[in-house]
Amino acid sequence: MNWLTKTLTSTVGQKVLMSMTGLFLISFLVVHLTGNLMLFKDDNGVAFNAYAHFMSTAGIIRVAELILVLGFVLHIYTAWRLTRHNRQTRPQDYIYSRPDINSSWFSRNMGITGSVVLIFLLTHLHHFWFKYKFQADIPLAAGTDYKDMYWLAQTFFQQEWWFSILYIVAMVFLGFHLAHAFESAFQTLGIHHKKYTPFLKKLGVLFAIIVPAGFATMPIYFLI
Amino acid sequence: MKIHLKIWRQPNSEMPGKLVNYTLDGIIPEVSFLEMLDILNEDLLKKGDEPVAFDNDCREGICGMCSLYINGRPHGPEQGVTVCQLHMRSFKDEDTIYVEPWRAKSFPVLKDLIVDRAAFDRIIQAGGYISVNTGSAPDANAIPIPREVAKEAFEAADCIGCGACVAACKNASAMLFVATKISHLALLPQGQVERQSRVEKMVAQMDKEGFGACTNTGACSYECPKSIPLNHIARLNREYLSAKLTSNSL
Amino acid sequence: MWNDCGMSRNKEGLKKAKDKIKALEEEFWKNLRMVGTNDELNQTLEKSLRVADFLEMSQLMVEDALHRNESCGSHFREEYQTEEGEAQRDDDNFAYVAAWEYQGKNKPEVLHKEALKFENAKLTQRNYK
Repeated sequence: MNWLTKTLTSTVGQKVLMSMTGLFLISFLVVHLTGNLMLFKDDNGVAFNAYAHFMSTAGIIRVAELILVLGFVLHIYTAWRLTRHNRQTRPQDYIYSRPDINSSWFSRNMGITGSVVLIFLLTHLHHFWFKYKFQADIPLAAGTDYKDMYWLAQTFFQQEWWFSILYIVAMVFLGFHLAHAFESAFQTLGIHHKKYTPFLKKLGVLFAIIVPAGFATMPIYFLI
Repeated sequence: MKIHLKIWRQPNSEMPGKLVNYTLDGIIPEVSFLEMLDILNEDLLKKGDEPVAFDNDCREGICGMCSLYINGRPHGPEQGVTVCQLHMRSFKDEDTIYVEPWRAKSFPVLKDLIVDRAAFDRIIQAGGYISVNTGSAPDANAIPIPREVAKEAFEAADCIGCGACVAACKNASAMLFVATKISHLALLPQGQVERQSRVEKMVAQMDKEGFGACTNTGACSYECPKSIPLNHIARLNREYLSAKLTSNSL
Repeated sequence: MWNDCGMSRNKEGLKKAKDKIKALEEEFWKNLRMVGTNDELNQTLEKSLRVADFLEMSQLMVEDALHRNESCGSHFREEYQTEEGEAQRDDDNFAYVAAWEYQGKNKPEVLHKEALKFENAKLTQRNYK
């Protein structure tokens, strides 16, 4: 092994991979949320459809999409490797233990919250990305030659309302995941300073509330 | 006061262990937790039973020998103290108290509540030292160190190597222990010679010993008898990354 | 030990201490309650060995203090002091380090003397005046 693979396979190195891919995925959340907010524009989906069309056809987005998939795969793979390693470190567990006193539930259960978010991600891709790409019976957006993504979102959230509920629940889990992830990512990268850490902590909490809440407004918007 | 104890008994590292119940009556609240165990052991000895084996030495919170997982927490219910500084006044009459050893693959149980913490020694041997010429002590103020820096180095040097961080961590990670050594020596001028090689070697040894990875839960710092904060782990990460990216060792 | 073989000791007290320790030692070996075996981590054995060591060590200390008929450093024999109450050394007979060789249980130890040679400093009586 050369120095780089040695570094990236050490426990600290793997954590760095987690945090860097994590921060990258956080940036994706911001972009995704910002774009999707066009759903709320009161123009019967014209802006949103134009945006969806751009996202699915522009070359630069194809490249970004590839990097995003890579980011997800690396994040999930490293998490799986670390979890497997961490589980082997205590073959005989405590009979009576009170971790609830010394640490938060979010921080101890990133694997659970992350897995829920992953399951959501796969169903979400199936519901929108896959259908938009491959489903033939989607009407064209008025006055254009591309599919009506707004219609897809509207019918999905209104007709399959139980999925809307599940989407909202998934966003709660995303919030749980982010509640620990945001600050933890900076800590792992060695960024801890009295000038920045208090701010980053607050920003992390805000981010973990605002972003999932932002996404959750979409099914709520169509449901009511 | 009357207390009910559930103590982990294990003859050696090969044989399985189990919790054994003991009841002690007439314990006064002023005795320390270890003195309470001494009383129990004296009773056991009088009956011809084998006393409970547990590590202890200075009994004033500075040696890092005592290492009991009491009622689900390292060093018991109080924060910022070792077991030997814990007193029975922290418990109530008729309380049930669970006493278990530190549990980690890297800390095998030797007997009852005693675990082998030699893994920590090997991590220190890998790089937790400085190279200086011996001889007469230099003048105290010969090397100027800013007060803030000295304070932070001292905070890290507070670590007594008891292993509560490993015991508390859900991943049995030794990051806080290693971080205190890295932080302490990286902050001071005397530690600069081996600054990069130290962090590379100590992290490599830590991984070799089979400790887990840090997930920043903060349990270690919360349970540390010296309340050493997490920012030292951040410094360890920083030191490790910068050493890996810029050191001369391939 | 504190009362009879402390910083200030005398022949009578040391003899008394010798008898007391002997009695203690006999009681220790008679009433010792041991559990477990040699072949395992045995804290009871560790502690007992430490007590046994202390008992032997204290006997040797008393024995040595009894034989050294002078006052020297922290060995202050009340019988040997100057008129002003200072330690009275006897360099003609005791200017040596004593090493006692163990001969087995209940046999007197053999004394080996390692003479103290002074090349640069001369032996004198300490005087704070």
